Amino acid sequence: MTGKMTVVEGSYAVAHAVKVCKPNVISAYPITPQTHIVEDLSQFMADGEIPNCEYINVESEFSAISTLVGASAAGARTYSSTTSQGLELMHEVLFNAAGMRLPIVMTVANRAVSAPINIWNDHQDSISQRDTGWMQLFAEDTQEAADMTAQAYKVAEDNDVMLPAMVCMDGFILSHVYEPVILLEQDLTDEYLPGFEPEHILDPANPRTFGAFADPSTYTEFRYLQQKGMDAALEKIGKAADDFNRMFGRYYGGLIDTYEAEDAEILIMAMGSVVGTIKDVIDRARSEGVKVGLVKVRSFRPFPVDAIRKVLGDAAVIVTLDKNISLGLNEGALCTEVKSCLYNTDIRTPVIGFMLGHGGRDIPRRNIRMIIDKAKQVIRSGVTVESEFADLRGELV
Amino acid sequence: MKITIGGVVEPGTTRANKTGGWRNFRPLYHKDKCIKCGLCSLLCPDSSVIEQEDKYVVFDFDFCKGCGICANECPKDAIEMVLEEK
Repeated sequence: MTGKMTVVEGSYAVAHAVKVCKPNVISAYPITPQTHIVEDLSQFMADGEIPNCEYINVESEFSAISTLVGASAAGARTYSSTTSQGLELMHEVLFNAAGMRLPIVMTVANRAVSAPINIWNDHQDSISQRDTGWMQLFAEDTQEAADMTAQAYKVAEDNDVMLPAMVCMDGFILSHVYEPVILLEQDLTDEYLPGFEPEHILDPANPRTFGAFADPSTYTEFRYLQQKGMDAALEKIGKAADDFNRMFGRYYGGLIDTYEAEDAEILIMAMGSVVGTIKDVIDRARSEGVKVGLVKVRSFRPFPVDAIRKVLGDAAVIVTLDKNISLGLNEGALCTEVKSCLYNTDIRTPVIGFMLGHGGRDIPRRNIRMIIDKAKQVIRSGVTVESEFADLRGELV
Repeated sequence: MKITIGGVVEPGTTRANKTGGWRNFRPLYHKDKCIKCGLCSLLCPDSSVIEQEDKYVVFDFDFCKGCGICANECPKDAIEMVLEEK
């Protein structure tokens, strides 16, 4: 492992990672809990630490992402960061960025959405942008969030991919925590991530039209090509992680990572910082002879269908943990996705979903332990409830 | 012709997309009132008011969508918007 470990705030680690990735244009609007990232970047800019970069102040997140669409089309490496309502305000333009195949990288400090207003962490904001055509990578800790930023640029700017990427980190839990981090070194990052050289750019000397009109005779094909970009990203995300490991000596898995999964009867799937808690619970459960393992989903888009099918092994039950809900289905997004990738196979492992941690509600170890106990019941007596709130305060409703 | 990633194209593709068919009103030009100021040509969003060598204008009805900006901006009321007859 390279570099010197230092204790910094998660937001600082990410801002530093952005700095060494040498963006040409940053545009963002501050919103809790993303604020510290853009404050740190503003400070770097004021101190002249990010050369060849413009920091564009805007009046909303809609403008922030719109600015980057133009800048990215003009050939700039671009960065933004947002969360919650800010991300939802970007919604319309997120489609444009993806459809125009602009490799913008954006940190999403995941936060609940209104109403009721809530500033704390869950995944409803980015999950609600699932089908915009952006890649969505979820980080477990601050080191991964920082390192994932460089990896995201690497994948997004790959000629076979050319898609924008969200690096999702849990708001407050990761953005505001101080923990030991190795800040990305400039020289190694330069080597890992060369400059952005797009095939087409907006240039008055060589005019091009971006985001032109497509009638029904070609629109379908644009959607198909976007899907091909996502398909290519499946391989490139793994490769970017491997290359990163070779150069920096840190590895968090490719599309997924596993923990004690090989012989697991109960396989828990989750995204984001909660996987750290789950690993801790697994250690204790294993010491008591409970065969439980973890699949950490790093890439939610593209969704790693094949990787998940391969890792299931002899699991008797799959448990998904979601910090979101698809209202009307009464199920979290990861639960739905995992089920969908099993249907056309011989795998008939039952999938049960738990929704928890909404609006920043703490997820203590005892809740994970309770979920493991429920999974044991499923092994004994079959599925009785497909999906439920794991931490509902029944006395309030 | 294969489509490019992101649909990036060279300029001029909308020449094939003749927007004149949208028109409900068409500009009627009163040449006798025209003072050759060129505002109509300058401000036409579709570049369909074309200034000629003698500075009088003609209209490209393949692309004029009848928005009426030319008539609105003309300081001498030399352009009048009249109902398009189909």
